[in-house]
Amino acid sequence: MLELTVFSLLNGLVYGLLLFMLSSGLTLIFSMMGVLNFAHASLYMLGAYLAYSISLKIGFWPGLVIAPLLVGVVGALIERYGLRHVHRYGHVAELIFTFGVAFLIEESVQLIWGRQNVDYREPAILAFPLFKLWGTDFPAYKAFMLAISIGIFIALLVVLTRSRVGLIIQAAITHPNQVAMLGHNVPLVFTGVFGAGSALAGLAGVIAGPSLGTFPGMAAVLGSIVFVVIVVGGLGSLAGAFVASLLIGMLQTFAVAVDYSLEDLFKAIGITTGQRSALSDLYTVTVAQIGPILPYLLLVLILIFRPTGLLGKREV
Amino acid sequence: MIDRRQFTQLAAALAAGCVALPGFAADPVRVAFIDPLSGPFAAVGSSGLKQFQFIASEINKSGGVLGGRKLEVVGYDNKVSPKESLIQLKRVIGDGIQFIVQGNSSGVANALIDAVEKHNEREPGKRVLYLNYSAVDPSLTNEKCNYWHFRFDANADMKMNALTDVIATNKKMKSIYIIGQDYSFGKAVAAAAEEFLGQKRPDIKIVGNELHPIGKVKDFSPYIAKIKASGAQAVITGNWGADMLGLAKAASDAGLEIPFYTYYAAANGITKAIGAGGVGKVRLVGEGDGNPISTAAWRDVLKRFKAKYPDEDFTQPRIANTIHMLALAINQAKSTEPAKVAAALEGMTYTSYWGDIVTMRATDHQLQMPIRIFVHTNKNIEVDLDNSGYGLATESAVSAHMASTPTTCKMQRP
Repeated sequence: MLELTVFSLLNGLVYGLLLFMLSSGLTLIFSMMGVLNFAHASLYMLGAYLAYSISLKIGFWPGLVIAPLLVGVVGALIERYGLRHVHRYGHVAELIFTFGVAFLIEESVQLIWGRQNVDYREPAILAFPLFKLWGTDFPAYKAFMLAISIGIFIALLVVLTRSRVGLIIQAAITHPNQVAMLGHNVPLVFTGVFGAGSALAGLAGVIAGPSLGTFPGMAAVLGSIVFVVIVVGGLGSLAGAFVASLLIGMLQTFAVAVDYSLEDLFKAIGITTGQRSALSDLYTVTVAQIGPILPYLLLVLILIFRPTGLLGKREV
Repeated sequence: MIDRRQFTQLAAALAAGCVALPGFAADPVRVAFIDPLSGPFAAVGSSGLKQFQFIASEINKSGGVLGGRKLEVVGYDNKVSPKESLIQLKRVIGDGIQFIVQGNSSGVANALIDAVEKHNEREPGKRVLYLNYSAVDPSLTNEKCNYWHFRFDANADMKMNALTDVIATNKKMKSIYIIGQDYSFGKAVAAAAEEFLGQKRPDIKIVGNELHPIGKVKDFSPYIAKIKASGAQAVITGNWGADMLGLAKAASDAGLEIPFYTYYAAANGITKAIGAGGVGKVRLVGEGDGNPISTAAWRDVLKRFKAKYPDEDFTQPRIANTIHMLALAINQAKSTEPAKVAAALEGMTYTSYWGDIVTMRATDHQLQMPIRIFVHTNKNIEVDLDNSGYGLATESAVSAHMASTPTTCKMQRP
């Protein structure tokens, strides 16, 4: 049991921090522009595929830097030449626009790299088990993912709270007009934030690709969960996104380990359920089976009881 | 831009074409391929479509069907969703196509088999025939069996029967973990494993019986941690596509060194991902042929396929049987009318490229065929997968007679 708990903790941490990388960019973009960027997960996918191609030509490490930068540029271009024009037609138009961009990116990726899974691998230097506990390896690459994610969190926190750029960004979030009047180029800040957010998604793709697989459906499997993260954490709250990512990461990982069902609960309190009961299907479903929908259940509960999210200030 | 004169010419040409078309005996016999061409399982689906189109072109090269008509396989994307599949089925029927092939997901197959049955009853003049090349939920040829459905892959029970024969010979095996996707097929695999192991080796303990959502799991590490903690000596899984890839990746990351008995752990990036870690450990049960290649004819086909699609593998030999038997049935029936083709398919015996003699059992429309157990290796691999140097070597074979399982089907004939 201890063995399972320790590994669930580790796996949950890795997965949660990966979610954070994705949702940090999304929540930044949202808090600044009020746009829910549906194309965010597609940028994550783009990052992984770009890094794959770069890793074939010049290796993993250059890819780690170049691919997120390229994705950032793509993001900035989307904002500058797409979103900014759509902005005047209101939020619905913006939502539909990013929705369209998501399809465009996903299909283009499949046109360029094909519909096969690509073999994007971790660098040989990280392809060893870091340590062995109870006979199970913990790959060094996962530790590397942890390190990168934590590094990004600290860097973001420092930039946003300690630097001049962060100050302007924070001001532009709440009072864009006044910031513009003070002589700052607010549209440029917007483009920058969108680009940086996209680059973060790209980076998440680069480091997740070798571990979770680089395949055409990779955007789809993470696409909806990042929205859950930012709503649970509180829209626009970086710290909230951090907490929510870890929470959801742990929730999903630990759920897998729990084989209890409602039937077991009933048994424990002395109620017996008949096999023939119309609800017997419901009673026998284990927590492990419903693990993947637990975050959505959490989302519903949060929206009912705390619409601002865990650490957010404004209502959804 | 085209000017008005060009436009009239074009229109005239088009009109002439339309009028002329029915006159030619050479309009193709179209086959609708309803499978995922986008989403998490796009890799499997689009590769299947290429294999169908390739074998169709082979048939066309040697004269097509009905004395010169060509076979044409058209893709319809169903995103592995039963709902989308029914929409696509409507389109297929609207396009006047009489044959559909589908294989990915028994969930889809369950929806299609019902829809086809109802449609054929309502509109006997516009019937369609459903050739299932890969959906292996046993119920499709048992309680749900239907005259308009033919299955060309061995069903999950037949495969599990063969697989457990192999497992049963290993006296040291004491505990097994079953993991699968949470839908009809995953459940069928788990049920068959429990049943056959119970009969053949009641001493083997099933230490885990896990179902996870299909195509939704991002990281399989938690499942691997659980398998590890259970102390299982081997894993049985029916996972396919991205779910098999994820499982294999997580297992090799965690250094889980126990044998995996699988249905689909090969090709589409999976063989490459398993790589050196799975040599001699990952086994696969299936129809078709492995290394060494059984016949020169099959070797030839594989070579030509590789020449045409260097990045793809011919992963589903059953596809060759499916479309060849369809062509044969059309020729025997001298018609593309589904009722006549279905009658010709019933009981048909066919010798596959790799020399297997297969029979379409009339009582349930389940193809009877030998089943083989393959092992993932890089030794003596003539035709590798994913261009990785690794491939499947044939380890043992179960004859068509031995692999056969009884059916409860009570076929309703029109």
